[in-house]
Amino acid sequence: MKHAALAVIAVVLALVLAACGAPQASQSTSPPPPTSPPAAPTEVPTTGPTVAATATTLSGPLIVFAAASLTDAFEAIATAFEQAYPGTEIIFNFAGSQQLAAQINEGAPADVFASANRSQMEVAIEGGRVISGTQQTFVRNRLVVITPSDNPAGITTLQDLTNPGLRLILADQAVPVGQYSLAFLARASALPAYTENYSATVLANVVSFEDNVRSVLTKVALGEGDAGIVYSTDAALEADNILQIAIPDELNTIASYPIAPIADRANPALAQAFIDFVLAPEGQQILVKYGFISPEGT
Amino acid sequence: METSLSGRSSQPGSRPGYRLRNIAVWFAALPLLAFLVVPIVAMLLRLEWGDLWQTLGTSVVAQAIGLSLVTSLAATILALVFGAPLAYLLARRHFRGRTIIDTLIDLPMVLPPSVAGIALLMAFGRRGLIGAPLAEYGIMLSFTQVAVILAQCFVAAPYFVKAATAGFASIDRELEQAAALDGASARQVFGLITVPLAWPALFSGAVMTWARALGEFGATIIFAGNLPGRTQTMPLAIYLGFERDLNLALTLAVILLAISFAVLALVKGLLRQRVGVS
Repeated sequence: MKHAALAVIAVVLALVLAACGAPQASQSTSPPPPTSPPAAPTEVPTTGPTVAATATTLSGPLIVFAAASLTDAFEAIATAFEQAYPGTEIIFNFAGSQQLAAQINEGAPADVFASANRSQMEVAIEGGRVISGTQQTFVRNRLVVITPSDNPAGITTLQDLTNPGLRLILADQAVPVGQYSLAFLARASALPAYTENYSATVLANVVSFEDNVRSVLTKVALGEGDAGIVYSTDAALEADNILQIAIPDELNTIASYPIAPIADRANPALAQAFIDFVLAPEGQQILVKYGFISPEGT
Repeated sequence: METSLSGRSSQPGSRPGYRLRNIAVWFAALPLLAFLVVPIVAMLLRLEWGDLWQTLGTSVVAQAIGLSLVTSLAATILALVFGAPLAYLLARRHFRGRTIIDTLIDLPMVLPPSVAGIALLMAFGRRGLIGAPLAEYGIMLSFTQVAVILAQCFVAAPYFVKAATAGFASIDRELEQAAALDGASARQVFGLITVPLAWPALFSGAVMTWARALGEFGATIIFAGNLPGRTQTMPLAIYLGFERDLNLALTLAVILLAISFAVLALVKGLLRQRVGVS
């Protein structure tokens, strides 16, 4: 009995491994061009017979794995895309980029991966499901200082963050934005425009290290805090209830978001059409509306 | 409870079928028992015990433990002082709307703690119903240790009120009346008759309140925020530690477990001695 069961498991495993290995083998022989021109979305990047059969049509479902911070913007883009290409349907899986990369490497049925940072895209590339060079930066995000709309502590400059008695709310350093916030303070401390004690003085004003960036946003918008540091995309969501103070680029941590097609999927033309749409002016306008910055200018 | 116990003991253990039923009861009881115990054991097994003392010595851990003990004790005292009159009112006075008040007291026990945190913020936050007038006088509660205590008290005090109400209601009022007839003042009756008789209920209610306050997380992180040394209690340190350093989270969790277990076991022992109920 035991041996029979083991044998069955072995056979199943072998089949699964073979199935996983096959498309990768075909990829390596004919990878798609690194930057396929938007003008030729119907170009078939792989030679597999099943791929060729469906790749010529821009219709059907497309599964997009996207970073959670893209939720609102990508849903708006999907609506516009589905209008532009009737018969298509975008299905999203929004989660933390690290979770998405892990799912993709586990073989999740994704067509497109949009990551909130480069390192998680690298994970998918190392996992063999995204071909190096096919990823493109489609948007960037940056930190801003926010205050409640009535600005109770009267903060107008970054130097004001050192004012004694200020109630500052930051994200905890377990959260990426919390690390970026500390990095901003450390960089500022090195500049003569701020003082050497800038970081320490500002950190002494912190009343709470929140466990996620949205809770920093909510507490500042509620007026519980005098100031906070969030992504510009978060700030855009509460534009009516907060004021923003820009953090200069040289002090800021600019997060680049890469997007790429998953290599072994049945409808690469549709995947490429979606990516092109995100990069095109219409997609970029939507992203800017939600507080992102366009990749141009880097 | 006691009658059924004495009824059981009159049954001869050697009666045929009893042993079989005994085994059946154990089998039926075991799955849930195992389910409740296995995760705790798993956590103990996972902890790197060698690092325990070193982790204990770090200031974050020591601060969290100290803060948790102080705030949960303060919350329990608040619940006792203000909960006893409320419980007495509910147990002894019959008035319109009593059921509504009783149900309102149940609410914090039923609500998710995050709701409690948002509600506290709406009431005592800087722009809140009571918080805004207080802020005029420069008093700000959110993000302070007072906020931690208030959050704990809000979710935990109902446990004391419920237990104390039941305790006061269960007292034979003739004993109080007899004392009063013998010339005891109302205060003496309460202090010498009512409280001693309701003691087991008051005591176990206080312990439940303390235990709930010690474990409070959701209301605290929303209303009091998270600042190591000021508002970061053990449950908050465990939650954030889980995202940063699993061993730190495990160490704190095991300490919290040990404190809770020791106190609960001690209390059960005390109660058994006092009341003589097994």
